[in-house]
Amino acid sequence: MSDAVAALQEVAAAPRMRARILVKSGTAGRSGAAYALAAPALILMLMMLLGPLAGVIALSLTDYQLGAPSFSWIGLSNYQEMFADRVFWISLKNTLAYVAIVVPGAVALGLGVALLIQSGAGLRSLYRTVYFLPVMATLIAMAIVWEFMLHPQFGLVNGLLRAAGLQGHSWLQDRGTALYSLCVIGIWQATGFNMVLFLAGLVSIPKHLYDAAEIDGAESAWSRFGLVTWPMLAPVTLFVVAISAIRSFQVFDTVQVLTKGGPSKSSEVLIYTMYTEGFEFFRSGYGAAVTVVFLAFVLSLTLLKSVLGRREVHYA
Amino acid sequence: MAEIGIRALHKAFDGADVLKGVDLTIEDGEFISLVGPSGCGKSTLLRIIAGLEPQSSGEIWIDGANADGVRPSARNLAMVFQSYALYPHLSVFDNIAVPLRMKRLSALERMPLIGRLMPSRRRAERTIREDVERVAGQLEISPLLKRKPGQLSGGQRQRVAVGRAIVRQPRAFLFDEPLSNLDAKLRVHMRAEIAQLHRQLKTTFIYVTHDQAEAMTMSGRIAVMIGGELIQVGAPAAVYDDPQDIRVAEFIGTPKINAFPARVRSDGRLEALGHVLHATTPSPAGECRVCVRPERIELGASGLLSGTVVHLENLGSEAFVHIGSAGMNAPVVARVNDPSQLPAIGAAISYGFAPEAIRAFDASGKRIATSVPSRIERPREMAIV
Repeated sequence: MSDAVAALQEVAAAPRMRARILVKSGTAGRSGAAYALAAPALILMLMMLLGPLAGVIALSLTDYQLGAPSFSWIGLSNYQEMFADRVFWISLKNTLAYVAIVVPGAVALGLGVALLIQSGAGLRSLYRTVYFLPVMATLIAMAIVWEFMLHPQFGLVNGLLRAAGLQGHSWLQDRGTALYSLCVIGIWQATGFNMVLFLAGLVSIPKHLYDAAEIDGAESAWSRFGLVTWPMLAPVTLFVVAISAIRSFQVFDTVQVLTKGGPSKSSEVLIYTMYTEGFEFFRSGYGAAVTVVFLAFVLSLTLLKSVLGRREVHYA
Repeated sequence: MAEIGIRALHKAFDGADVLKGVDLTIEDGEFISLVGPSGCGKSTLLRIIAGLEPQSSGEIWIDGANADGVRPSARNLAMVFQSYALYPHLSVFDNIAVPLRMKRLSALERMPLIGRLMPSRRRAERTIREDVERVAGQLEISPLLKRKPGQLSGGQRQRVAVGRAIVRQPRAFLFDEPLSNLDAKLRVHMRAEIAQLHRQLKTTFIYVTHDQAEAMTMSGRIAVMIGGELIQVGAPAAVYDDPQDIRVAEFIGTPKINAFPARVRSDGRLEALGHVLHATTPSPAGECRVCVRPERIELGASGLLSGTVVHLENLGSEAFVHIGSAGMNAPVVARVNDPSQLPAIGAAISYGFAPEAIRAFDASGKRIATSVPSRIERPREMAIV
């Protein structure tokens, strides 16, 4: 849904621009043609994106319960209840913490792996495949594998720690580590995707810029990175950060499979709260209100990305 | 200021020989052009001199020191790239300042935030600013210093690239087809500017181009490279007038030199298109080619070769007449200095050339000596008797 919101903005910009160009060229009839040409896209967008969005917002203003024969408008009561609810604030805080850990981690690791693969000579496609596997695999299935690996008694992680002479840990059952364990899985899963984006960005950096940097005296790999690679990757980095942040906001699968928000709400996140309220307690109106908060975050991230993208990293 | 020596240089990419033993000494302060068709290895040679590419064997000497294993920046050569290779995220000022910052600032001083706090960096930045502004003034790009490369025209980018090269006062300049992305008019203008820059700086210039006109007009010497080998090195006029290989003769000069299929007779006389020429050669009898520059072809009834006019190119100040002749694959091109006196297309025409205009090449393409027998039969002699 939120990826769609991100796409929505870009799609929406295109027909508007086209219409403006045609209007400028003179006749009113041609601008009518422009709207007619844009209409299929606009109608689809209204049906698929804006319609459901308006539906969710409307739903958040009702006391509708899933399966109930009727509902009534209750204004902002759902929001009042939500902002007074301790669980919502825990959930929001956990989600923000998750994003704050996973985004830098997955972006830095994705960039690092991409740089290593790009600079290495052999086995490139093997490494690319290996790192991309977590992206292709179903996260729910992979979460079960992680559950085994993190098992306190016979899990691989604790087994390795014991072999190294260290104390094991109940990673997913401890309030202090459950969320961070989920973060690790999140980073593991997102790194491959970011790597592919960074690899595409690295390939598109003109080779002659590195030649020029070499001639100009950027002798160390680090100074070439600072002079050429990092600035040239800025548009890709911005995109990767935005996408990673949006995807991290959406974290749900691992929470549902591994912790169910526990222990004692220590890994409760927004989408999971929405799910439990909407589909376990059947409070659709309240769930919709949580969704609106979630969408507000995603939308602001998207806006931030497009504003920054327009101002800071446009080289052409 | 540097003398650059290239000794027995070989380069192979994946088993394919790109450079097949190049020997060349470039004098201190000289403007030399490496010219040749695409894929002849001239850019590779330049990259090896710069240190961007390792050679397979052979040596590069700069100022009497072997440059093997010396990093490109330590060689202190500046390079101007075909695509200019300006850093798109940096302003013109910062682009020109990059080589100075790399040289004069430590890695710590170059750090984005910490570096700015250091007083030593502030001192260095002041001298860098002076140097950049001096160079910008010299190249007349001072008003552009705050712009990004994306906001500049091709010619302005070219100047910025040159500015980035000269600001560090290198020992030699390497130019890799720097004008080929410019339009024709600007190219002619920049040609004069680069030649002027060389006279001003008096530094060694090595200029790679596939455009023989650039090489001819700018350089003190040109080195013609074909197929990974240096075929001929010399002053532009000498290479044009006295080519030692038919590939050089055909590459240098527009329109291309006319090549007539010919043979050396057993008595040493040359024979082209069935006509015995008034020229002899000491070379053994056999197949050869007789080449004549378009400006040495004379049209008129006194010439004994004949053909029909197939195409006319009137350039205003001069014109070229293309003549189709029996026995020739390509039309013979003749330059006419007075375009008002052009024949009509399809007209039959006679033409000839003086024996001194002949440059003859043997079957393998090597130049063979020719001489004109002293016996003069007609006051206005023609090669064909």
